[in-house]
Amino acid sequence: MDKIKITIDNKPITGRAGMTVLEAAKMAGIYIPTLCYHPALTPFGACRLCITEIEGMRGFPTSCTTPVNDGMVIKTNTPQLQELRRGILELTITDHPYSCITCPTNGRCELQKVAANIGMKEITLPYIYKKRPTYRNDPFFDRDYNMCILCGRCVRICHEVRGATAITFTQRGIKTVIGTAFGRPLQESGCQFCGACVDACPTGALTERAREWAGLADRDVVTTCPYCGVGCQLSLQLKKNRIIEVLPHEKNEVNRGQVCVKGRFGITEFVYHPQRLTTPLIKRNGKLTEASWDEALNLVTSRLANYHKDEVAIIASAKCTNEENYVTQKFGRAVLGTNNIDHCARLCHSPTVAGLARVFGSGAMTNSIHDIGEAACILIIGTNTSESHPVTALEVLKAVRRGAKLIIINPREIELVRFADLWLRPRLGTDVPLLMGMARTIVDENLMDQAFITERCENFDAFKKSLQNFTLDTVTQITGVPKDKISEAAHIYATNKPASLLFAMGITQHSHGTDNVLAIANLAMLTGNIGSPGSGVNPLRGQNNVQGACDMGSLPNVFPGYQQTTNETVRQKFEAAWDVSLNPTQGLTLTEIFDAAHHKRIKAIHLIGENPILSDPDANHVRKALETLEFLVVQDIFLSETARLADVVLPSASFVERDGTFTNTERRVQRVRKVIEPIGASRPDWWIICQIARGMGGKGFDFENPSQIMDEIAHLTPIYGGINYRRLQKGGLQWPCPTPDHLGTPILHTQLFTRGKGRFTPLQYRPSAELPDKTYPLVLTTGRRLFHFHTGTMTRKVKGLNTLLNEGLVEINPIDADALGIVDGDILKVISRRGEVPAKARVTEWSPAGVVYMDFHFAESSTNILTNTALDLVAKIPELKACAVRIEKSHHR
Amino acid sequence: MPEKQIVLKNCQMINPRDINTYLARHDFKALAKAQVMEPDEIINEVKASGLRGRGGAGFPCGSKWEAARNTPGDEKYLVGNADEGEVGTFKDRYIIENDPFTFIEGITIAAYAIGAKQSYIYLRSEYHRLRNLLENAISQAKDKGFLKHVKIDIREGAGAYICGEETALMDSIEGKRGEPRYRPPFPTTKGLWGNPTVINNVETLMNIPNIILNGAQQFRQIGTERSKGTKVFSVSGDVAKPGVYELVLGSKLRELVIDLAGAETVKMVQIGGAMGRIVSSTMLDTSLSFETILGAGGVIVYNESRDTIDIVLRTMEFLNKESCGKCSPCREGTEAMVKILQKFAGGRGTPKDTGLLEELSSTMMLASLCGLGQAAPFPVIDSLQYFRHDYESRIK
Ligand SMILES: Cc1cc2nc3c(=O)[nH]c(=O)nc-3n(C[C@H](O)[C@H](O)[C@H](O)COP(=O)(O)O)c2cc1C
Ligand code: SF4
Ligand code: SF4
Ligand code: SF4
Ligand code: FES
Repeated sequence: MDKIKITIDNKPITGRAGMTVLEAAKMAGIYIPTLCYHPALTPFGACRLCITEIEGMRGFPTSCTTPVNDGMVIKTNTPQLQELRRGILELTITDHPYSCITCPTNGRCELQKVAANIGMKEITLPYIYKKRPTYRNDPFFDRDYNMCILCGRCVRICHEVRGATAITFTQRGIKTVIGTAFGRPLQESGCQFCGACVDACPTGALTERAREWAGLADRDVVTTCPYCGVGCQLSLQLKKNRIIEVLPHEKNEVNRGQVCVKGRFGITEFVYHPQRLTTPLIKRNGKLTEASWDEALNLVTSRLANYHKDEVAIIASAKCTNEENYVTQKFGRAVLGTNNIDHCARLCHSPTVAGLARVFGSGAMTNSIHDIGEAACILIIGTNTSESHPVTALEVLKAVRRGAKLIIINPREIELVRFADLWLRPRLGTDVPLLMGMARTIVDENLMDQAFITERCENFDAFKKSLQNFTLDTVTQITGVPKDKISEAAHIYATNKPASLLFAMGITQHSHGTDNVLAIANLAMLTGNIGSPGSGVNPLRGQNNVQGACDMGSLPNVFPGYQQTTNETVRQKFEAAWDVSLNPTQGLTLTEIFDAAHHKRIKAIHLIGENPILSDPDANHVRKALETLEFLVVQDIFLSETARLADVVLPSASFVERDGTFTNTERRVQRVRKVIEPIGASRPDWWIICQIARGMGGKGFDFENPSQIMDEIAHLTPIYGGINYRRLQKGGLQWPCPTPDHLGTPILHTQLFTRGKGRFTPLQYRPSAELPDKTYPLVLTTGRRLFHFHTGTMTRKVKGLNTLLNEGLVEINPIDADALGIVDGDILKVISRRGEVPAKARVTEWSPAGVVYMDFHFAESSTNILTNTALDLVAKIPELKACAVRIEKSHHR
Repeated sequence: MPEKQIVLKNCQMINPRDINTYLARHDFKALAKAQVMEPDEIINEVKASGLRGRGGAGFPCGSKWEAARNTPGDEKYLVGNADEGEVGTFKDRYIIENDPFTFIEGITIAAYAIGAKQSYIYLRSEYHRLRNLLENAISQAKDKGFLKHVKIDIREGAGAYICGEETALMDSIEGKRGEPRYRPPFPTTKGLWGNPTVINNVETLMNIPNIILNGAQQFRQIGTERSKGTKVFSVSGDVAKPGVYELVLGSKLRELVIDLAGAETVKMVQIGGAMGRIVSSTMLDTSLSFETILGAGGVIVYNESRDTIDIVLRTMEFLNKESCGKCSPCREGTEAMVKILQKFAGGRGTPKDTGLLEELSSTMMLASLCGLGQAAPFPVIDSLQYFRHDYESRIK
């Protein structure tokens, strides 16, 4: 990069081309007062405080907008500048309630800092009270625009970084005020309630309501968000050992100062919620009653000891830490003697793990979240990224702002479509033909990366042959996507390098989910989009630690680090380490476990922090299976729908009450830190498991803390070999990280694929298992929403999130709605072959005709009563994304 | 006589709705000549002519074109600025009403020289009734084959004075809230949608065909050292013959307001509209040029019966209303000035208030983001200089 030599306040400084004078000064430790500047935003030049004198330039250029030039001589602090700044500040503050300058309520007010630096003169100007509006009824934060200095940081962050454009400048001149377009309420203006504006505001104009009177924090601790797989780093603000606010952490590679509404505002309330489980519960006479830890643990150990190893199963948790998952599977394998261990990853990305492991050798995101911002093209298929992975979506926006091409493939209209160059809307379940059609165009028009294919891949010819079945005519007929759009998508993806491909459950939750994943892998290899920055095949993982739970072997076929249970050498290694003999047979998958329970082959289940009654397909079947069990143990922080069925409920500590690590979607292992003592008698899950394991005579469960567990993980798991808590203190590490001096791996398959060569797979089109017919004429597809998480166990405890959304909605296209005489807000019955649920209608073109959409956050509209358990043969994932339904209007409203 | 018709020479001579009457006099000869020249030659000719922008800032026209031409990029734009929002200024309206064709010819030459395939005329919303006339002229020019290399579209303003400011104007064309942008980067490097853009006043572009046809040397023959050619003024206020006059640059203020417009008992003259300068009757021999005083051409004459504070207050109220509100010195400064001037208007001024006005003026002039805030204090400073007693007599 071009080095540029400048002088600031007589100090020689070397800057880089493209830097502003302000950035150069900051780098050199020279303070220039600013108000409208924000490091994440394009310069604005409005507050005028950052003025400087620059030799050869007229007037007083603002340092935040002026790029450095070689040889520039800059003065930042002459008496005239300071005098001018005082004048400007005085003008800024005529606008401001005077008392604010000394107001102590908001420790982050930059106006106070600036005033302290340049000194306020006695205010002589006429006082101007603008009578601007204040808003105190929106969820989470208050807006008092009388304290606003119109720096525009909130507006710019909302537009530039979040892409929400919820707020804007309204009116002009002295009447200028920040507001929503047409004065609509925030909730109707596209606000995501991410709080980015609150964090960007340099004054007390925007404040989080819950912390307004909490005073200043006395310490802060960085930890990892417990909601989704993005793994945002949060800075917990504590006062007298109570969390008073949760802020986005700035200096990290994942979220860089951004979070979503759940991480920002959705934590404190559930942590301190009165419904937290604070004591063990034992079912006596059909009722769960309080019990002591000794009682509860004795009951669990004695009952579990009664079952044969093939009669028990463990359902682990993608919400729990790596350490907890490690001891859980160790408990199952070494103490209970079974491989019947699985968790909800089965329902989200098992086809990814299976498919990518087969053709690449590793089933995780190949590149990093931050890397997406570098792409020249982004293909987004089967993910509603802004709702499910909100902070990852910000990287997409960043790339788009830099000029990257964006292609969306989704039957539903999603938020990101607004930013897309091209949107393909295939019929549900026709991804394989569509992707094969694109591949065929690329091959036919010779747009592929021949060198990459020859040098790094295998089985291309077989794949090429399988393309024969996918002429554009055929593909258009199956998918409903016009030919020219398919070929345009192929062109854009193949010719804008590097291209990054993002996908999630819209791809995986199908009876042909593994085929979908393989089609994606084919396309990426065909264009050489693997192994370099800005490219890649990037599955976005759902739960905070679903990646880690898989890594730790909470799966029926692998030990930690994807080491096969059926592999003799591997098993011997673990037998030696754990000092037991291990069961060589592969265990049952999640869906198989419930089937086996149904048939009384599985008699006892130990379930940790999951809520399958809401999250798993054919929920009535799951409920019956659990009711059929002889013994069910549930560990959770709340009495979930599933926990209510348990014989013993053990209260878990929440993520702020225990140490550990989560591994986010980009394979980054990050610390979770204990900041408060467990609520009531709740205990960390690792502690609970170890107690039970020891109670059943298990050896090697004497850990004093999770750090020791991580050391054991590192010892037995090559991809985690170099990870320990001392290193994680400095920030996360991306696996593979085999040795203590290895820096981690941001991009996989850079030289060779993990398995050696990337393997092309010939594919065929297989339709969804359940297609619409006369009785069930519509297709139901399911997904998640920004304001809630998973089955709502945590988010539904947060008042503001419930204000934003508190009921299950069925999204239905106006055409279908008209045909059925349905209007917005009608109460409907959605009926499938497996059951029926009530939900309210939302008539919207976001759903294509013939398709209805529901989320699964609400027990009252338990969507998964409807969904189909038809399985993908390879990954055993059920077809959650497509089943046939019928809709009827309910009579009562 | 200081009057000379270069820019206005076709006005009243042709039918503005009929291109044939224009062709009868000129035949788009300048464009034809330009198109056999290299773009760089044209730019050099314009540079050599010494033509400076007629929109108020007086930036050398050729250098502006050169900067845009030399910035790499396939997409470049030319904008004819017909926003003319300045108080007492109506010369661009007169020009368009009477001779849209020279304006269009100027656009076609400028676009050719800088390499713009798309151009816009940014028309003041109050001039909506001229839209039809302009569209008619554009389509006739197109039919005659003069617009093969450039498309001309009309964009109407939204009634905001600030949108005449070139960077706010670009925001407005882009469909955003019109607000000035900081410079650098200048529009010639990063203008409309990030591409090199030249924005020229209507009158500036009116001069182009003449320069191309008759050469820079002829153009340079009149005017002063650093102000070549003529300037079109619109005169209003306390004068017998308000209207539009074209004078050789360097002519005396007296020649314009007394000799031509027939003013009597002059107290003060406001040159350049609300953002312009105020001079007293003792200064009528000042020459009108970029070196002295000029502005965009609006000249308002006030006679002895007028009240200084009233004039300054009304000007400041206008600027306060038209401030876009982006930067605090202008947004808050104009408001504070209005408040203080109101005190004087009501006879409630204090001795401290004049000092306060001067301090505010200095902050606003030096620290505002755009020309509006930087020039807003002029009426206050000038009136304090020449008519201080009018303030002092209002101190309670
Ligand atoms: C507040 C403000 C309003 C302006 N309004 C106009 C206008 O209405 N017409 C115009 O040509 N220039 C106007 N300008 C000047 C333009 O910014 C710009 O300098 C001019 O259009 C450049 O053209 P020229 O170089 O041909 O003069 C205005 C400037 C400011 C600061
Ligand atoms: S609300 Fe805060 S961030 Fe937004 S413009 Fe006002 S002071 Fe700036
Ligand atoms: S994007 Fe995910 S990890 Fe980040 S704050 Fe939101 S829920 Fe938490
Ligand atoms: S000087 Fe006035 S008009 Fe110009 S940017 Fe600032 S507030 Fe807007
Ligand atoms: S920080 Fe530079 S103008 Fe506000």
